[in-house]
Amino acid sequence: MIMDGMTSGTAWRDIGRLDEVPCLGSRVVATPRGKIAVFRTRDDRVFALEDRCPHNGGPLSQGIVHGNHVTCPLHNWVIALATGEAVAPDIGCAPTIPTQVRQDRILLLLPYAMS
Amino acid sequence: MNMMHRRERLIVVGNGMAGMRTVEELLKRDPIRYQITVFGAEPHINYDRIALSSVLAGDKEIGQITIHSLAWYAENGIQLCAGDPVVSIDRVAKTVTSESGRTEPYDRLLLAAGSRPIVPPIPGLELTGVCAFRDIADVEQMIAASTEHRRAIVIGGGLLGLEAANGLLKRGMSVAVVHLTDTLMERQLDGAAGRLLQRELDERGLNFFMNGQTEEIFGGERVEGVRLADGREVPGDLVCMAIGIRPSIDLARACDLDINRGIVVHDDLRTSDPDIFAVGECAEHRGKTYGLVAPLYEMAKICADHLAGDETTSTAYAGTILFTKLKVTGVDVFSAGALAGGEESGELTYNDTARQIYKKLVVRDGKIDGVVLYGDVADSNWYLELLRKGEDITPFQDAILFGQSVVAAMGKVKPLSVANFADDYQICGCNGVCKGTITQAIAEKRLTTLEGVRQHTKASASCGSCTGLVESLLIATVGDAAAKPKPGGMCRCTMLTHEEVRTRIAADALKTIPQTMQALGWANTDGCHSCRPALNFYLLCAWPGEYRDDEQSRFINERAHANIQKDGTFSVIPRMWGGVTNAKELRAIADVVEKYDIPSVKVTGGQRIDMLGVPKDQLPAVWRDLNAAGMVSGHAYGKALRTVKTCVGSEWCRFGTQDSTAMGIALERMTWGSWHPHKVKLAVSGCPRNCAESTIKDFGVIAVDSGWELHVGGNGGIKLRGTDFLCKVGTQAEVLEYCGAFLQLYREEARYLDRTASWIEQVGLDYVKSQIVDDQAGRKLLHARFLHAQQFAQTDPWAERANSESQSREFHALARVS
Ligand code: SRM
Ligand SMILES: Cc1cc2nc3c(=O)[nH]c(=O)nc-3n(C[C@H](O)[C@H](O)[C@H](O)COP(=O)(O)OP(=O)(O)OC[C@H]3O[C@@H](n4cnc5c(N)ncnc54)[C@H](O)[C@@H]3O)c2cc1C
Ligand code: SF4
Ligand code: FES
Repeated sequence: MIMDGMTSGTAWRDIGRLDEVPCLGSRVVATPRGKIAVFRTRDDRVFALEDRCPHNGGPLSQGIVHGNHVTCPLHNWVIALATGEAVAPDIGCAPTIPTQVRQDRILLLLPYAMS
Repeated sequence: MNMMHRRERLIVVGNGMAGMRTVEELLKRDPIRYQITVFGAEPHINYDRIALSSVLAGDKEIGQITIHSLAWYAENGIQLCAGDPVVSIDRVAKTVTSESGRTEPYDRLLLAAGSRPIVPPIPGLELTGVCAFRDIADVEQMIAASTEHRRAIVIGGGLLGLEAANGLLKRGMSVAVVHLTDTLMERQLDGAAGRLLQRELDERGLNFFMNGQTEEIFGGERVEGVRLADGREVPGDLVCMAIGIRPSIDLARACDLDINRGIVVHDDLRTSDPDIFAVGECAEHRGKTYGLVAPLYEMAKICADHLAGDETTSTAYAGTILFTKLKVTGVDVFSAGALAGGEESGELTYNDTARQIYKKLVVRDGKIDGVVLYGDVADSNWYLELLRKGEDITPFQDAILFGQSVVAAMGKVKPLSVANFADDYQICGCNGVCKGTITQAIAEKRLTTLEGVRQHTKASASCGSCTGLVESLLIATVGDAAAKPKPGGMCRCTMLTHEEVRTRIAADALKTIPQTMQALGWANTDGCHSCRPALNFYLLCAWPGEYRDDEQSRFINERAHANIQKDGTFSVIPRMWGGVTNAKELRAIADVVEKYDIPSVKVTGGQRIDMLGVPKDQLPAVWRDLNAAGMVSGHAYGKALRTVKTCVGSEWCRFGTQDSTAMGIALERMTWGSWHPHKVKLAVSGCPRNCAESTIKDFGVIAVDSGWELHVGGNGGIKLRGTDFLCKVGTQAEVLEYCGAFLQLYREEARYLDRTASWIEQVGLDYVKSQIVDDQAGRKLLHARFLHAQQFAQTDPWAERANSESQSREFHALARVS
């Protein structure tokens, strides 16, 4: 589905209800370019990152969410949800995907469907 | 001439930091010349605006930040009209008129009206919950909001915005910071330091929305969030605007004084009208306006010279070199002068990524032109001194970034430690406290803490930028007696130890993770990946049957009931009771492997079969098939009972003394599904040849002719530890009772992530014996508690997830997009 807010090559896409992502948890969105991890914090903020840890590609969606961070399940790197940046002393960044919550629906800004 | 000389009248507009400092300086120079009247827009006496950050952060009370008491005004004959702003100035009649309609004549007028927060032209400013960060009223509003609401948004990632964000965070709110550019404090820091700062604050729990242009504040009556120009939305119940300040110049404009961005003043702080002076943030001197107190205090001195003097007074204000520090505890940032080198200057940088230290000096013609420090600001005073004095640094330029002590050790500059400072060296700029005052207070009042020094001398009690110096001074004066911080607790979220937390959970009947964190004052609302699993276990152990397991506080293996592998797939290990299997189970395993195309099958070191490489979304289906053949989870993924290894025993073995296999199965039936501080492994061998390796297990059993030997605390893993011999018992029932009691004692008393081996090393074998062997009644109670907890633990987690829609959600993608 295509929502408003179109910019060149990208569109806001409805990917599900807020309550389908557990609080302090994550769900995955499958895309042709790989998985996206969608996180929900205690205060219902939603963030999305490519589901690949900057360390060794671990699935961030499987980590423990605390505050606005997630801890990678493989070697405990801590990643900031808003920026994708690893917390010191580790260095690296997971690409972020813009998110919005509208009337309890989660929208992601994704590349436009290519036919 | 009249003998009763009429005192000249001085009127001050603005009862703030610059105005009152000027009055204070004036009274020092000439206490009787003027009859002084002060008008203040705020309904307060003069207070320390800088300290509003500390009030917001909960480090100080509003009552603690006054600078001048009411008694001070009275003693100096100053008439204070607080809460009554001046609305007009008549320069011809030489009068001012206030909002309440009061008109007062002046001979000299001092304008010190400060500045106002900049408010952008966007919709939604009128909503409840929108405020600035400038005065007591703003801070009171924010504190009130933090008790009722959860989410704050701070617009502006400059000095003020970050201090507001830090304060709100410390008040328990979740805080988002929206910042226009891509680095924080871009006016005071370069990109490298700004990014380090962002990382640190991010780690502390601030959410950053960089490159965010706020377009709209939305909500009903109360604010509900802000919308950014690129479409991002940030929800929040409080919006604090901190995007900058604008000098208050309306009065001056209305009476035709020269104005620009601020009220234009000359080097003697006179405006274009020689009887009207201006100081503080409202003044503009040589094209510059200021927003920090140091320059205002310098202006105050010069202005007082001229108010107290005459035409011959010649002191002049020459501008101030600014330096910046952020008042967020534990974040060391310093900057002064130029931020970057230009065509005629160069940069020296030092970048230690491991320790998060960054230093940059901008150098021009052999002199320091700018300083940016992050992480280590110990040399900030030295660099600032070199910058101010314009000293030639070429003789030690190659070592200057290592700091003064290194340069001094090379013999290039005189060593200058706090110990060598003269007694009149000013340590605290905000409160004007010299070294001598501090050392004297330390000696007389026997102070050993920074807090003590602050209370008694006010040094480091305002902006805090001299805290490091005061601390060094404290250590230099009292040596090792200086109080050291308390050793850490369970994790970065609390100072309490594991034991203290467990005691409080039981004593205060704490029954959920959020309740525990709140009652025990956790530093981070959600805790972290190390305390949450521990709390989840402690609560589960304390309240069996009552506590609802918190899935999100479990490590992925325990949440998904399978072991995550390095490629993100999972392994599946079904339970194989006592290592015994049969054709039906093996067939089911073979079928599953073929049906789901599982890449690898392996016999584990724990006597069962591991299917490796299963994608997460296939787990429920794999489990359903295994369940159908009667197999359940083997908990190979959990801090839980793993396997009970057995040997063939008396059934087949020519040496076997007892049926070790049956014993092992009985033990596994009793213990499976139990959660522990760490994984727990059992084994039963049929004779002392010990083929099941019982003596490196958490609980090992070795059959002998006359009964069963029980061994505890063995560990094969990283650090090999053989078991300790506990005791010998006669019957299978006794083996089960001792085992249950031992495991329950371990569950109730060991720290999370301690295996039985390290736990026994801490408490000692004698203690364990006294509880399990000597105290018969205690043992039976422990065993009973274990069995009670097992009632709620022995449901197959695989079956639960394979068969329930809501439980299997974890395993499926939320959406697929093309
Ligand atoms: C599968 C298995 C190896 C095998 O192919 O044989 C295995 C595999 C892993 N072991 Fe093990 N251990 C296996 C038997 C052992 C044994 C032997 C035993 O149990 O008899 C030991 C030494 C005995 C002991 O624990 O004292 C053993 C000592 C460890 C340790 C070190 C524990 C320690 O206290 O030092 C770890 C690390 C940990 O748990 O923190 C570990 C951790 C792991 C993990 C879970 C690593 C991880 O976190 O992902 C491996 C999971 C792979 C997977 O997904 O299957 N594994 N591991 C064995 C599974 C047994 C089972 O059926 O459940
Ligand atoms: C939260 C916060 C933290 C800060 N931290 C630091 C820091 O760490 N270091 C630092 O150096 N600086 C800091 N500052 C800046 C510093 O507080 C100001 O530079 C300083 O207070 C300015 O002094 P001033 O007298 O010019 O203005 P103010 O202190 O604002 O005083 C002006 C007063 O005039 C009143 N007024 C305005 N118009 C009228 C009128 N028409 N009639 C009568 N009264 C009027 C105002 O209400 C106000 O009370 C901070 C500021 C804030 C808000
Ligand atoms: S020994 Fe090391 S590599 Fe092998 S399974 Fe155990 S943890 Fe993994
Ligand atoms: S892959 Fe994420 S920490 Fe190693």
